Amino acid sequence: MATETTEAAVGACVDAGGSALGMPQLCADWMPNQIFWLVITLIAIYFVMSRIALPRIGAVLAERSGTITNDIAAAEELKTKAAEAEAAYDKALLDARAEANKIVAEAKAEIQAELDVELQKADAEIAAKTAESEAAIAEIRDSAKQNVVAVAKDTAKELVAAMGGSADAKTITAAVNARMKG
Amino acid sequence: MAEEKAEGGLVFHPLDQFIVKPLFGDGPVAWYTPTNVTLWMGIALLAIIAVFVLGSRGRAIIPTRLQSIGELIYGFIYKMVEDVTGKDGVKYFPYIMTLFLFILFANYLALIPMSYSPTSMIAVTAVLGFGVFICVTILGFVKNGASFLSLFWMSDAPLILRPIIAIIEVISYFVRPVSHSIRLAGNIMAGHAVLKVFAGFAALTLVSPVAIFGIVAIYGLEVLVAGIQAYVFTILTCVYLKDALHPHH
Repeated sequence: MATETTEAAVGACVDAGGSALGMPQLCADWMPNQIFWLVITLIAIYFVMSRIALPRIGAVLAERSGTITNDIAAAEELKTKAAEAEAAYDKALLDARAEANKIVAEAKAEIQAELDVELQKADAEIAAKTAESEAAIAEIRDSAKQNVVAVAKDTAKELVAAMGGSADAKTITAAVNARMKG
Repeated sequence: MAEEKAEGGLVFHPLDQFIVKPLFGDGPVAWYTPTNVTLWMGIALLAIIAVFVLGSRGRAIIPTRLQSIGELIYGFIYKMVEDVTGKDGVKYFPYIMTLFLFILFANYLALIPMSYSPTSMIAVTAVLGFGVFICVTILGFVKNGASFLSLFWMSDAPLILRPIIAIIEVISYFVRPVSHSIRLAGNIMAGHAVLKVFAGFAALTLVSPVAIFGIVAIYGLEVLVAGIQAYVFTILTCVYLKDALHPHH
C-alpha cells in the first residue's frame, strides 16, 4: 500500500510507515467503531444466550438431575424391597424350624403314649398269666395233697392189715387227718 | 513506541497489532465500518454459538464433549452468581453470562497467532466496565431507593470515623469502573505486546533460542491470564451486583 493512501486512510494514529503512533488503544478516531461493534456483539450474544442456549442447557441440567433423583429413589425402593424379602425369608426359615421342632415333639409324644399303652397292656397280660399259673399250681398242690391222703389211708390200712390187725376206715381216716395236720 | 536497535537494524512495533484496520479497502474508520475488531468479535460470537447452541443441539442426558463444555461453563457462572449475589441475583445470570462469554472467547481467540484482541482495547473494556457500573448503580437506587447510600455509611465503625470512611468508600466506588476496565485491557495488551517483543528478538540468531523459549513461556502465562481475567471481571461484576442488591453491610 502506498504511503500517501495509508496516511490519508487511517488518519492521525498511524505514521507514514503504517506503524502505530502512540498507543492504538488511545486513538480517539477508532473508538466509536469499537464501541459500536462491541454493543452489536454483546446484544447478539445476549439474545443467543437468553433465548436459545441458556434455557436449553438449564432444561437439560434440570432433566438430568431429575433423572438422577428418580434413579436414586428407584434404587432406594429396590433396596427396601430386597431388605423386606430378606426379612420374609428369615421369618420363613424361623417358622419352618419351629414347625419342625413341633412335629418332632409331637411324634415323640405320640410314640411315648403308644409305648405306655403297650407297656400297660403287656403288664396286664403278664399279671393275668401269673395269676393263672398260680391258680394252676394251687390246684396241682391241692390234688397232690388229696392223693397223698388217699395213698396214706391205703398204705395205713394195708400196714394195719399186714400187722394182723384190722381197722375200720373211720379210725384210719381220723388218724391220717390228724397226722396230716401235725 | 517503536524501539530501534543498531545491531541488525532490529525494529520492534509491539503495538502495531492493535491497529484498527478496515476489512475492505483502505477507507477511513467510521463508527460503522467493518474492521478487524468486527471480524474477531464476530468470530467470538460464532464460537459461542458453536459451543452453546450447536453443542447443546442434541439436548442429551449424557452430554457430548461440546455440550459438557457448555454445561460446565453454565454451571460455573450460575454457581458464582448464586453464591456471590444470592438467590435474588440469579435473574441477572444471562447478563453476567454474556459478559463472561464475550471476554473469555475474545481473550482465547486473541491467542491465535495473527488474530486481533478486542479485549485489549480500552474503549471496549471501558464500555464493559462502565456499563456494569452504571447498570449496577441504577439498579441499586431502583431496588433500595435512598437507602442504597448506606453502602457508604459503615454503621459498624465508630461514629467519628464514619464520615472519613464514607469519603473513602465513595472514592473507591467511583474508581471501580476504571480499575475494572483497565485491569482487563492492561493485562491483555501487556501480554500481547510482550509476546511481540520476544518475537522481534527471535529474528536475532544469537538470542533466538532464548526468545523462542520466552515466547512459549509467555504464551503459557497468557493462556492463564486470558481465563483468569475473564473470571476476575465476572466475579467483580457479581460483587458489585451484590452491593446493589444488598447494600447493608
